Amino acid sequence: MSAITETTVTAVVTPRAATARWRLLTRKPTFLVGAAILLFWVVCAIAGSSIASYSPLAQSLLFTNTAPSAAHWFGTDQLGRDVLARVLVGSRDILIITPLATILGTVCGTILGLAMGYFGGILDLVASRIVEAVLALPAVMVAFLFIVALGPSVVTLVVVIGFIFTPLIARTVRAAVLAERHLDYLPAARLTGANAWSVMYVEILPNVLPAVLVEFSVRLGYAIFTVATLSFLGFGIQPPTPDWGGDIAANYGLLAAGYWWETLFPALAIASLVVAVNLITDSLEQVMSS
Amino acid sequence: MLLTLWLLSLIVFFAGQILPGDPGRAILGPLAAPAAVQALDAQLGVNRPLITRYLSWLGGLLHGNLGISYSYRTAVAPFVGSALFNSLKLAALAFVIVVPLGIAGGVIAALRAGRLTDRVISVTGLTLATVPEFVSGIVLLVVFSVTFKLLPVTAAAGPGASAGQQLRHLILPAIPLIFVLFGYFARMARAGTIDALASDYTRTAVLKGLPQHTVLLRHVLRNSLLPTITVIATQTGYLIGGLVVVETLFNYQGIGGLIYKAAQAKDFPMLEAGVLTVGVVYAIATLAADLLLIALSPRLRAAAIGDRASRAAGAAA
Repeated sequence: MSAITETTVTAVVTPRAATARWRLLTRKPTFLVGAAILLFWVVCAIAGSSIASYSPLAQSLLFTNTAPSAAHWFGTDQLGRDVLARVLVGSRDILIITPLATILGTVCGTILGLAMGYFGGILDLVASRIVEAVLALPAVMVAFLFIVALGPSVVTLVVVIGFIFTPLIARTVRAAVLAERHLDYLPAARLTGANAWSVMYVEILPNVLPAVLVEFSVRLGYAIFTVATLSFLGFGIQPPTPDWGGDIAANYGLLAAGYWWETLFPALAIASLVVAVNLITDSLEQVMSS
Repeated sequence: MLLTLWLLSLIVFFAGQILPGDPGRAILGPLAAPAAVQALDAQLGVNRPLITRYLSWLGGLLHGNLGISYSYRTAVAPFVGSALFNSLKLAALAFVIVVPLGIAGGVIAALRAGRLTDRVISVTGLTLATVPEFVSGIVLLVVFSVTFKLLPVTAAAGPGASAGQQLRHLILPAIPLIFVLFGYFARMARAGTIDALASDYTRTAVLKGLPQHTVLLRHVLRNSLLPTITVIATQTGYLIGGLVVVETLFNYQGIGGLIYKAAQAKDFPMLEAGVLTVGVVYAIATLAADLLLIALSPRLRAAAIGDRASRAAGAAA
């Protein structure tokens, strides 16, 4: 019994507990490294065009496919555009789309998951079956069908990826809610006359928030994966806008000719962003479960 | 299983119809006369009502007729057959390497749970699982094909290539798939092993003085693999998305590439046949996993054999 009361008390996120967790988080080297890389790309997304010494769109047909040099650190592509400038500015769209899509999926998934876990019954049964059906389909294929149908744009990408993530996040939130359902504070809240909505959003939500936060961070990694893959397949951000996945798709045919810098640097940029998000996820997971 | 496949046929057919654009226009190109486009549409039968088209397609399917490709004007089946064979070669190579590797990684992580080895394996697995296949593919290509010229840039070995040559061409494309799958498999194997290590039967086995490797192999591993097998089967679904990317990057004629090209060309019969084939493969993989689970787990085996057997097993336990 005392164990149950203890977990109830520690599980409640008071402002003080949140500050303590934040302090714990900022002491983790993995978190700091991840946050630094992420911050670097955010700065590039905001101010990339003023950092780069060339315009990412300026073509120079006299200097096509030149290898990395002092003038062009990352070389130039087949139209003579500076690869470094394109890599720096190319962070913009992926850093706009992935957080928005993940936030959309998290908000919808949390609302759905709370309702499924709290009400149970028919609603839970039907929603669970739909969730399973969506999970069985490969995400990239679903996204690519919808994007062909709706036409690629930032809004389409955000909505489609948010839609694909909703059931995944709902499943996690539902499981977290089920774990809370038997705790004493819920009947207590109901006895004070709180209605279902206020119990769900005022009482349960703060307690499942750590799980939601970790899930958000995990999904952010997968969103980067999905957006980059869609761009690579030609269903993402459209040229000539600089974009890592799109630039790789445009230039990988030249790999056999030895022009490796046009694809390697955007590829490393994607990899660094993914690594950064995963480092943050891992530290969040540890802090939240401690 | 048949119900699932029927649902899939329905979804694929109608999802295919929401793709904009008209097959006649897609085949003849933007400069063709509208009358020619309409004539071709009539010839292909795409101007008939949806239900009629679905029923005639389903009827053909039941007779083993997958339809006629809009783009190639010949039967779809040979294309799908050879693409599936190519993809299976690639997927088999990836699985043969990743299944033991992922399980070993997960078990080692579980045995060292919470320590540095575990953290390194877990973070590496998570990162590998979220790095897109074309990103790791590009890095591998740059290192092994462009810089050291050890391995070929394309996956197709050309006609008449020996098995060894084919393998050389398939190694690089298989590695990105291995990377992504490793993360999933290692995570499941780790979770399963941690559960099995904490169980009563493991404690009993340790307390009765069995040597450590016997406990691990006979008691822990056998039970920890059950959830992993289910995950391995369900990852066939992921593989299709992965194959689209890898087959595009390495210019390989597989089922992923076939679906992708068919969707771009609005070649509905090809698209539908491709996705349905994938559905059948998925269903077979899930069924095989279920059978394997039953073979490995006495509890499930008892349930499968019947009431009497299960009662006997219950009494014995």
